Amino acid sequence: MALKGLDIFKLSPKKNCKECGSPTCMAFSMKVAQGAVSIDACPYFSEDAKAAMSEATAPPMKTIKVGAGEQEMTLGGETVLFRHEKTFVNKTRYAVDICSCMDDATIDAKVAELKHVDYERIGERMYVEMIDVEFDPASGADRYAEVVKKVAGEGRVLILDCQDVDAAKAALEVCKETKPILNGANAQNYKEMNDLATAAGVVLGVHGADENELYDTLAALEKLGNKNLVFNACTSSVKAAFASAVQFRKAAIKDSNRTCGYPSIVNVSKLAKGDSHMQAALLSLFTVKYGSIVVAEKIGYAEALPLYGLRQNVFTDPQKPMKVEPGIYPINGGDENSICLTTVDFALTYFVVSGELERSGVPCNLIINDAGGLSVLTSWAAGKFSSSSIAKFFQEQDVEGKIKCRKLCIPGKVAVLKGELEAKMPGWEIIVAPREAVQLVKFLKDMQ
Amino acid sequence: MPFTAKSGKFSASINTLTMGTGEKAIVLGGENVFPFYTFDAPIANAPKVGIEITDGGLEAEPDCVKKYYEGCTTVADMAKKAATFEGVDFLSLHLEGGDPNGENKPTEDLIKIVKEVADAVDLPIVISGCKNVEKDAEIFAKASEVLDGRNAVMLAAKEENYKNVGASAGLAYKQVVGAESADDINLAKQLNVLLTQLGVDAKSIVMNVGTAAAGYGYEYVVSTMDRIKAAALQQGDATLQMPIITPVATETWGIKESVATEEDMPEWGDQEARGIDMEVETAAADLASGSNAVILKHPESVATIAKMIKALI
Repeated sequence: MALKGLDIFKLSPKKNCKECGSPTCMAFSMKVAQGAVSIDACPYFSEDAKAAMSEATAPPMKTIKVGAGEQEMTLGGETVLFRHEKTFVNKTRYAVDICSCMDDATIDAKVAELKHVDYERIGERMYVEMIDVEFDPASGADRYAEVVKKVAGEGRVLILDCQDVDAAKAALEVCKETKPILNGANAQNYKEMNDLATAAGVVLGVHGADENELYDTLAALEKLGNKNLVFNACTSSVKAAFASAVQFRKAAIKDSNRTCGYPSIVNVSKLAKGDSHMQAALLSLFTVKYGSIVVAEKIGYAEALPLYGLRQNVFTDPQKPMKVEPGIYPINGGDENSICLTTVDFALTYFVVSGELERSGVPCNLIINDAGGLSVLTSWAAGKFSSSSIAKFFQEQDVEGKIKCRKLCIPGKVAVLKGELEAKMPGWEIIVAPREAVQLVKFLKDMQ
Repeated sequence: MPFTAKSGKFSASINTLTMGTGEKAIVLGGENVFPFYTFDAPIANAPKVGIEITDGGLEAEPDCVKKYYEGCTTVADMAKKAATFEGVDFLSLHLEGGDPNGENKPTEDLIKIVKEVADAVDLPIVISGCKNVEKDAEIFAKASEVLDGRNAVMLAAKEENYKNVGASAGLAYKQVVGAESADDINLAKQLNVLLTQLGVDAKSIVMNVGTAAAGYGYEYVVSTMDRIKAAALQQGDATLQMPIITPVATETWGIKESVATEEDMPEWGDQEARGIDMEVETAAADLASGSNAVILKHPESVATIAKMIKALI
C-alpha cells in the first residue's frame, strides 16, 4: 500500500534543514507521498527507515530503459489505469518482426519497408522504433547472430525473440552495446537467460504458457535479483493476450502487486498471422489497453497513420493541451496570392479546420497564431487571441512580406474582433468566417 | 504461487437494450465489467457491428466501397446486399442528403427511401440524421412513423431537439432514442436526464457520447467513455447506464488519410488499405473504451471488427 504523507513524516528526521529542497520535513513528506520526489533527496533519513519506505513508496510499475544513445527509450512507469486519472507517461512503442528463417533479400525489403514510415506529427517523430528478430531453430545460432548483426546498425532497438540459450548468447555478442531486449526467458531456461542478460546489462523478456507460469517465472527472476524485466502477453489467443496484458497492469497499479509491474510486449504478428487488417485492429486495441511494445508483421503508412495519431492522443497529458507550431500553413497549393484564414494553435482546432479546408479544394493559407494551445473562445477570453496578438503575430511572421493577398478570414466565434483588426491592420480586408469548421467548405466555395 | 487477480466485477451493470424485432433482433449491453474484461465476469452480449449506407446510394460511396455493391441501382438494393456481408448485425441508413446546407433533400423523399430500405431487409435499422437539428427532428418524427413496430434506433436526439425527437420516436412510436452529446460526461448525463424527464424509458435510450477519427482529438473520446463506464459501473449511476453506439464511418471516411488518392500522396501507398485501417483502428479503440456498437462502412472493416469481437468474447 502507498504510504500517506503523515506516515512518512513520522519516520522523517524532522530537522527542517531544507537540504532536500523543500521548506520543511512535512512538505518533503507530502511530496514523497505523491511520488513527486524520491526519498533519497533527504540525506538524514535512517537507512532502516529508507528501506521500509522505498519498498512502500516505489512506483507500482517499473520504468525500464532500452536502447542506447539516441535510440534510448523508456517503457512502463505508469501510475494510473485510465488517462483521465492523471496521465500516461511512456507511450506504446511499435516493432516489426523479421525472422532468421528469411533470406537476406526478404530481410532487406522488410527493413526498407519499416524505415519508409518516418514522419513528423505535431512535433513528434513517428517511426517504427523497434525490430523484433525471431529465432528460427532450423537455420541455427550462427545464422541468427548473422541476421541480428545485419539489422543492429539500422538505428532501431532490437528485440531478440529467442528462447535458445546458445543462439541468444551469440546474438548478444554482436549487439549488446545497442542495449536490445533479450526476450527469451521461460520457466525452463530462466536461470541461464538471467545470467546472459545481467552479464550483458540488457533487459530480459519473460514468456509463459499461461498467466500462472508467467507470474511464477517473473517471481523466480526477482528472487535472483533481476528487476530489469519485461513480460510477454500470452500468445495462445487474442483473448488470452488481452487478459494477461490487462490483468497484470491492473494487479500492479490497483493491487500493488509489484511482480506484475513490468512493461508488456504484445506480439500481434503471432496472434493474427497473415491478416493485416486484424493486426491493425489489435495494434489499436493494445495501444489503448496496456501494451508497452506491440509487435506486428508490417507497419506501413496504412497501419501507421491512424495508429500514431491514436497514440499521440492517448498519451497526451490531459492537463496540457496539444499544440501545433504557429506559422503559415499553405493548403491545397496555396501561394502568395491565396486567401488567408487565421485561427489558434490548439491541435484539435488545427486538425478540424485544416481538414475542412483541404476538403474545400480551395487554395488558401492557414495562419496559426500562438494562442497558448487553447481553443478559439478560451484563448479569446484569456486575452491570448485578440486583435493585438493577431496583429503582432502577423508582424513577427512577416506575413505581409510573404503573402500578397490582403483578405483575411477570422473565426465566426470571434466576429467581434473585425473592427479592431481593421484598425490595427490597415490594408487588410477582414472577413468573418462561419462559427463552425464544417461550414467552411460551403463558405469558401461561395466566396470564389 | 499462481497468479491471482482480484475480480473487477461490479454490482451495477449496463442496461440491456434490444434493437430490431424477430429473429434478427440484437441485444446491446448487460455487462457488469469493463469492455472485454471477460476474465472478471462473462459478457453475455458481445458488442455489435453495423454497416452504413446513405440516401445518396452508390454514388455517395468511396470508390473502394462501390465494388462491393456492384449491380445495385437503388438504396434498397444496397441495403439487401449489405445485409449479406459477413459480420453485419444491423444496418444504419445515414440521411446526410437532408442537410439544408448540403443537398437539402425534402423529408418526404428521404422517408420514401427509409420505407423502401425497411421493406427490403429484416435487420435492425438505425436512422442516422443529417446533423441539422430542425431537419433531424422532422426526419425522425416521420421515420419513426413509417418504421412503427420495427424497434428502430433514431440517431440521434441532441440537446437542441430532444423534446421533438423524444416525443415522436420515444413516446409516440416506442422506437429506441439515440442521445447524442459531444465528448463530455456531464452533457451526456444531462441529456439522458432530460429525455427520461420527458417520459422516455431509460431502458430504450442508447448514447452516442461523441466520436472522432484516431488522431483527431481522440483523447476526448477515450476519456469520456472511460469516465462514463466508471460512473455507470463503479458508482452505479443509473443515468449513465445506457449502452453506447458509436458512428465510426462518418468520421473516418472524410479525413485526408482516407480521402487522399495515391497520386496525391504517393508515399502513403494504397488508398483502400488506408481507408480500411483508419476505420478498423478507430473502431477497435472505440470498442476497447466502451462502445457497445460501432457503425462502419467498408465490408472488410465490418468483417475484421466482427472477428476481433468474437476473438475477445
